[in-house]
Amino acid sequence: MSEPVLQLLVIPLIKLVVILSVILLVVAYLTLLERKVLAYMQVRIGPNRVGPRGLLQPIADVLKLFVKEDLVPAGAERFVFMLAPILIFVPSFIVWSVIPFGDAFTVGGVTIEPFIADLNIAVLFVLAVSSIGIYGIILGGWASNNKFSLMGGLRSAAQLVSYEVPLGFAVISVLLLSGTMSLVGIVESQRDAGVWWVVPGLLGFGIYFICGVAETNRNPFDLPEAEAELVAGFHTEYSGMKFALFFLAEYMNMLLVSSLAVILFFGGWLPPFPNLLAGFWASPALAWIPPFVWYFAKVMAFIFVYIWFRGTFPRYRFDQLMAVGWKWLLPLSLANVMLVAVGVLWFRG
Amino acid sequence: MNGPDSSLFDVEEMEVNFGPQHPATHGVLRVQVKLDGEKILDAKPIIGYLHRGTEKLFETMEFPQCIPHTDRMDYIAAATNNQGFCVTMEKLLGITIPPRAAYLRMILAELQRIASHLVWFGTHAIDIGAITPFFYNFRDRDEILDLFEAYCGARLTLNTMKIGGVPFELPEGWVDRCRALVDDFPRRIDEYETLLTDNRIWKQRTVGIGVVSPEDAVEWGLTGPPLRGSGIRWDIRRVFPYDRYDEVDFEVPIGANGDTYDRYLVRVEEMRQSLRIVRQCLDALPEGPIMARAPKVLRAKEGMVYGSVESPKGELGYFIVTTEKATTPYRCRVRPPSFVNLQALPEMVKGHLVADLVAVIGTLDIVLGEIDR
Amino acid sequence: MTDETPKPPDDRAPDEPAAEGADRPADGKPKPTDEEKAARIAAAKAKAAAKKAAAEAPAEPKPAWEEKPVPPERADAADDPDVVALADGVAGSVLGAERFAGDVTVTVPAGAIAEICRFLKVERGFSFLVDLTAVDWPDREGGRFDVVYWMHRFDDQRRLRLRAVVAEGDAVDSVSGIWKTANWMEREVYDLFGVTFAGHPGLERILTWEGFHGHPLRKDFPVEGIDTGAAIYPDVYPPGGGPVAESEGEGEDQE
Repeated sequence: MSEPVLQLLVIPLIKLVVILSVILLVVAYLTLLERKVLAYMQVRIGPNRVGPRGLLQPIADVLKLFVKEDLVPAGAERFVFMLAPILIFVPSFIVWSVIPFGDAFTVGGVTIEPFIADLNIAVLFVLAVSSIGIYGIILGGWASNNKFSLMGGLRSAAQLVSYEVPLGFAVISVLLLSGTMSLVGIVESQRDAGVWWVVPGLLGFGIYFICGVAETNRNPFDLPEAEAELVAGFHTEYSGMKFALFFLAEYMNMLLVSSLAVILFFGGWLPPFPNLLAGFWASPALAWIPPFVWYFAKVMAFIFVYIWFRGTFPRYRFDQLMAVGWKWLLPLSLANVMLVAVGVLWFRG
Repeated sequence: MNGPDSSLFDVEEMEVNFGPQHPATHGVLRVQVKLDGEKILDAKPIIGYLHRGTEKLFETMEFPQCIPHTDRMDYIAAATNNQGFCVTMEKLLGITIPPRAAYLRMILAELQRIASHLVWFGTHAIDIGAITPFFYNFRDRDEILDLFEAYCGARLTLNTMKIGGVPFELPEGWVDRCRALVDDFPRRIDEYETLLTDNRIWKQRTVGIGVVSPEDAVEWGLTGPPLRGSGIRWDIRRVFPYDRYDEVDFEVPIGANGDTYDRYLVRVEEMRQSLRIVRQCLDALPEGPIMARAPKVLRAKEGMVYGSVESPKGELGYFIVTTEKATTPYRCRVRPPSFVNLQALPEMVKGHLVADLVAVIGTLDIVLGEIDR
Repeated sequence: MTDETPKPPDDRAPDEPAAEGADRPADGKPKPTDEEKAARIAAAKAKAAAKKAAAEAPAEPKPAWEEKPVPPERADAADDPDVVALADGVAGSVLGAERFAGDVTVTVPAGAIAEICRFLKVERGFSFLVDLTAVDWPDREGGRFDVVYWMHRFDDQRRLRLRAVVAEGDAVDSVSGIWKTANWMEREVYDLFGVTFAGHPGLERILTWEGFHGHPLRKDFPVEGIDTGAAIYPDVYPPGGGPVAESEGEGEDQE
């Protein structure tokens, strides 16, 4: 096969298929992971009937959702009702095309870079595309012909929009440190600097993660979808596969926020202290660990923190939630940008 | 109810129905809420979904037969219901119970208080979003229910007291089991407190919510933790002692501000004080008979009598009217603490946001079985 | 032979026979000698003397739970300070006062109940209404219902009960303006007994459902219940023709 065809057609296609299916599988098993980890935190076991130790539970869930009746409530705007889950799901999927999972590696003489594309404005792309999902929430809440869903959708949208601002500013502090918006470039700049950006940007990381939790509608910011609430949330009227799309989109967003946290602040696929301990990491006992494993382990640690939050905290009331976002996180994130800017000038002259 | 600039904005009141079925495990309660956006303008509780005519049934049954029916009212704290009825009947008939029976009753009642407060803790936390304490609470409550099962055979509707004493002697090893549980329990309460007491989100959701001033508390007839949370140190076990509560040492905790957080602290402290009482009773458990010498067929004199006990929800009172030589009550009225406490709900939630309604219902700790009877 | 020491009388132990086995030639014992006979007689005499002495000496009092229970007696309570104050404060308010089992019950005229309650709350400090209920005496002339008010004073932890006789169909003044807690309690009395309270802010049924006809706690309301179909919707269902679980309403047992 000629080089261009290989490089421009075959390999990207393979990468597309592999990455997207792996993402879907990981997200499906994320639901099981959450149920098991939450269960162990709550002194119980979680699903353990379907398959050994419950490992086939996600398959069972997917099958169940496939065969459920496809309900559209009476009086609902049918087209928009069908469109809303798609509007949420597709952007969450597209975003994965710019996330890098590791270093370039060669197999059989062919160099493969483990990402679909390396955009030089990847950060902007991610933030922009994931914001499209908010349309899906609003439309889903409105199209259900249910005033509680509408209120829940509006609340959720307000929450997401509010927390995007400090999130963006926290990300800007990383851009100041890295000097590039390309995600691959950000990881490489951390390797060049020899330190993960969480060390100089600790405040930024804290703000980023809290906003990330709020962006994914997770505890302690999950008021729009809590059951003990009067207003049951924008996805009340959805069942079957449409509900599955909402659900999957939420978990994909969780995975996205964790991945971005790892790439922006925790060195992506780099081991700790990549330059200082380069010799240590290259030693035969550890050299075989591919970079992807580092990346995956760190992402899983963040997912664990997500689940840990859910098992521990009560949830914020809506006005308190908005107050935290606007009154606390926004000024802090602005201050953080200024601090990092001053620091960069100082240390780099 | 309309704001000052209502000429500019059209204030549309939304009426929302909350219940009678909803995830918060309080029973079948319906609350009609009038909302202005997120603010609650009025909340009207509608009850009666669990009305079973218990008071009418009492009039058809002989005195000892009434006791199992009392279990079903406050089904979360059945032993104190039994105790209330027995205390009132003993007042009516002039029966004094032997010391061993009194101590056993106190042990059972205090264990029941802990179990009831565990249910309150778990469900209140879940309503506010902390889903984990629920499982810990129920795991520990299960151990208490196992003790009850070993004693009287039932876990929930206990029927564990008789007019004149208690029905059974303690099984072998029960005292040691109980003592082991009571010695280990403070560590568990510490575990629950670690999750919530100093948590800033918990405090933000409960401090300043559902505030009841002491004057209002008296005006609305609140008893139990809602009254004590407002700062009035009043407990039936101290004021009208029954069953030798004057021989044990315990404190009655009160709160300072009368908000949800204070009621939470009061109930947690009450759990600790109950442990203290159980420990003292186990240590000082006297020997002797467990039933007073009462005639087999109880015949009352004509009269009206009221007796009350401190149930985990408040003052549980029984008002019994009898005719001469009757073997059944002519009228047995139950004064349910949750009924009276729930009346204060509209006042407590006015001006709060919708999410606080659940918190306030949780903090009142109501049981619909008792409210509706 | 005998080793009996004089024991205090134990009324649960059966009386021991004064002489054991003395007349049983069948088990082969030799007939007792005169000495033994005399010893036994002396022992029996000693025992009888001890019994007599103990009976005359003050017996150890039995604890209360081993005695037969003595129900409380009713006494007149006209000398109770609250009763006296009430009689002075509101003219004609005390129709009778009784003390039973430690509680004081004052019979008051139903017409003046609001004034009496206000007096007791404001002047006598009964700031806490514990309970408000009713009792149905169907065949009593003078008034069928007893509306009972049970209140508490925090200063000295004393309670007082008022009893007002109300005839069927008469209205009683509501005290929900005096104690807010009376609101639901009066609704319950209205629901279950049919006593109306004048001036109540929202007198509607509370425990039974909207449209229910009848007052369940009255003595003439059957314990088995009534035909609720016709009771709720009298214009839809004929009496006895309400919906039944299994059949088409043939007039069989209906709950």
